[in-house]
Amino acid sequence: MNVWIAIGVTVLGCYAVKLAGLLVPAGALERPLVKRLAALLPVALLAALTAQQTFADGQTLVLDARAAGLAAAAVALVLRAPFLLVVAAAVLVTAGVRAMGAG
Amino acid sequence: MADRTALEDEDVDIGGKADRAVVRDALGVGVAVGLSGFAFGVTSAGSGLTLLQTCALSLLVFTGASQFALVGALAAGGGPFTAAAGALFLGVRNAFYGLRLSQLLALPRAVRPFAAQWVIDETAAVALAQPTRRAARLGFVVTGLTLYLLWNLTTLLGALGAEAIGDTDAWGLDAAGPAVFLALLAPMLKSGTERAVAGLAVLLGLGLLPVLPAGVPVLLAALAAPAVLWADGRRRGRGDAR
Repeated sequence: MNVWIAIGVTVLGCYAVKLAGLLVPAGALERPLVKRLAALLPVALLAALTAQQTFADGQTLVLDARAAGLAAAAVALVLRAPFLLVVAAAVLVTAGVRAMGAG
Repeated sequence: MADRTALEDEDVDIGGKADRAVVRDALGVGVAVGLSGFAFGVTSAGSGLTLLQTCALSLLVFTGASQFALVGALAAGGGPFTAAAGALFLGVRNAFYGLRLSQLLALPRAVRPFAAQWVIDETAAVALAQPTRRAARLGFVVTGLTLYLLWNLTTLLGALGAEAIGDTDAWGLDAAGPAVFLALLAPMLKSGTERAVAGLAVLLGLGLLPVLPAGVPVLLAALAAPAVLWADGRRRGRGDAR
């Protein structure tokens, strides 16, 4: 049930912000500080999420095969690999490290 | 607006060739990103969501980062509201895409509620890159349609696949979520300010993780954005009298 509540809130909220952008008169959100903050909030969230989903197991910090996978993704990004290849690199390296029995 | 439309009608002659280029770009983005719905389907099913819940997210939320964030937070034991709050924070940027797109596409009011669902990173990126309104509309529609269809189809396949292969961690699929986030994040790290925000957010997110309930550290990590902005403003105020 909790999951459906979370889904419902996310569905309504995410649709509302999308629609708001199309309906709000231009200028209302055009203040430089608001724009700056809106550009930086996703940076903070994505960085925190990347770190947590790589180094967290529940509420403990761990260093396991996912770190190697993320490093592979970072290398792929530096080499300007396409989106799918970046994800594939992370998955394959993580699986490979686990198969070798580490982490 | 009427005269602007009339002006753009003049390049209909060269439209055939230009249209093909727009469609090609839009399809490229739509297919590449649409296929990664597979990673979402697997991650979501691996996080314990049912097939119906997983597909509902892709059909109705349709903004990848928010979906990954939601299932990640739920898997970590976060409550429904903190999990949804993280997903919503990530969705807010779509409002800013919408602002830019509503001027660019000049959609009739009646169409906007339907177009809204497709206002995401990829459609905005393709539409905003086009030189004319006609090309922007075409890019938006083709990217939106391709991505929506593929994202939902591959979500379903991923969720079914996850059930079939059992332990998704053994296949390294738990690394797909963070890799997607990193791929979305990388192009945003343009200047020192962005990097400072990302660095501080990582410290907050990891530092607070052991001591606060699941989901809360990510929300607090969002404070890195105003904190760095504030520090930037102070430094600039002291450096030169602008």
